[in-house]
Amino acid sequence: MAEPAHSDEPLLQTPLHAEHVALSARMVPFAGYDMPVQYPTGILTEHNWTREHAGLFDVSHMGQAFLVAEDKSHETVARALEVLVPADVLNLKPNQQRYSQLLADDGGILDDLMVTRVGAPGHEGWLYLVVNASMKDADYAHIQARLPQGVSLNPKDSLGLMALQGPSAEAVLAKLAPEAAALPFMMSADVQIDGTWCHVSRSGYTGEDGFEISCHAADAAKLWNTLLVDPEVKAIGLGARDSLRLEAGLCLYGHDIDSTTSPIEAGLIWSIQKRRREEGGFPGAERIQREIRDGAARVRVGIKPEGRAPAREGTIITTPDGREVGIVTSGGFGPTVNGPVAMGYVAKDVSTAGTDLHLIVRGKPLPAKVAAMPFAPHRYKR
Amino acid sequence: MTTRYTKDHEYVRIEGDAGIVGISDYAQGQLGDVVFVELPSVGKTLSKGDEAAVVESVKAASEVYAPVSGEVVEVNSDLEASPGTVNEDPAGRGWFMKIRLTDQGELDGLMTEEQYQEFVKSIS
Repeated sequence: MAEPAHSDEPLLQTPLHAEHVALSARMVPFAGYDMPVQYPTGILTEHNWTREHAGLFDVSHMGQAFLVAEDKSHETVARALEVLVPADVLNLKPNQQRYSQLLADDGGILDDLMVTRVGAPGHEGWLYLVVNASMKDADYAHIQARLPQGVSLNPKDSLGLMALQGPSAEAVLAKLAPEAAALPFMMSADVQIDGTWCHVSRSGYTGEDGFEISCHAADAAKLWNTLLVDPEVKAIGLGARDSLRLEAGLCLYGHDIDSTTSPIEAGLIWSIQKRRREEGGFPGAERIQREIRDGAARVRVGIKPEGRAPAREGTIITTPDGREVGIVTSGGFGPTVNGPVAMGYVAKDVSTAGTDLHLIVRGKPLPAKVAAMPFAPHRYKR
Repeated sequence: MTTRYTKDHEYVRIEGDAGIVGISDYAQGQLGDVVFVELPSVGKTLSKGDEAAVVESVKAASEVYAPVSGEVVEVNSDLEASPGTVNEDPAGRGWFMKIRLTDQGELDGLMTEEQYQEFVKSIS
């Protein structure tokens, strides 16, 4: 068997690093951080626990930053960000969160991110951004270089971030912060948990109901352990995070979306609100509006291999008669599906659910079908 | 009963003129939950070091290399339905294939149980 590659680069640690080590996690390098890929029970158990109970994930490696308008006007800060992303930021209500993408001038995706209009009193004209760990330096430089006078970006390395995901997440949080447990999907609140300030949003990356909880780095370990005391909660590593999000049909930056894919090709049109589709005014608007009108030449689809063999990222996709029509961008084993699942880009003419395809795995064509996503139903609290 | 190991964590347990091939307990632990195993066809001739099988965990696919040269005379088709057996009992029910050895001398280049345990200690 082949040995995993080792890197000699010094790795960063999240504020929860010691907690992972104490839980005997298997640590691996991820986006420059030493991160838990799994705890001793393993990925399958962690995945299923999250779907059936509640999983606690350390996502402190992600980039948290505030975009702040000096004049304390939401319109000022919203317009500054709308130059860079296709979401309607202007019409966000206080504490409302939206998923969006930083776009390049050709409409390619530089990163995907969460944008929240901060609702805490005294923070008018503030947006809270969460970006991918691997992209945060590039994102910050990109944003900073494009801000108007009077708007500034403040990265907050002093914050930790964890996600509590699964059907028991609400009941667990209700015992600690009832007002946070009452939030609807994609809304947030500032609360105290056990005397610790937290910013809680009802969102996540598993397809399950759940929360993402930001707090001061110095308080992160205390909060983590407070949540883990509940018998419904177990620590979950990056391995299960990946299988959960794949079954939920959610994109992983650098794999399913990148600077060569547009939001329309990626099936993210739902994240571009009507006003922005019509008005444009974001990078690549001409291409994106054209793709909305005429359709994209290739699109991201779910793919269900018919046998048991997983098709991994990079697998070539052909028609049954051998015409190459695309490539797998994420693929593996879906524990909830109890079989292999994948997503990838295919030509528009073979993108309808049910279309027969072949996946070329180790030189052999394996039958597969285009499948509707998500593979495991979303259970968000709308 | 003689068992020999490779540095790639395959074992071969000699039974007469054939060897039962699988992956070590250390290897299954490193892989994590095994969800798929691809086995060679019976009758296939392998040279030592050839890719003999593929074992897939939730996260990744890994090759299993032939620890010895010879003909595949039997495969553990139970692994198709129950790949997790590789995690539960790697040295027993989680075996991969049986190879009829063409060169018993190849065993001399492999590690004994004791040498392999030392090797695992040195890398973990």
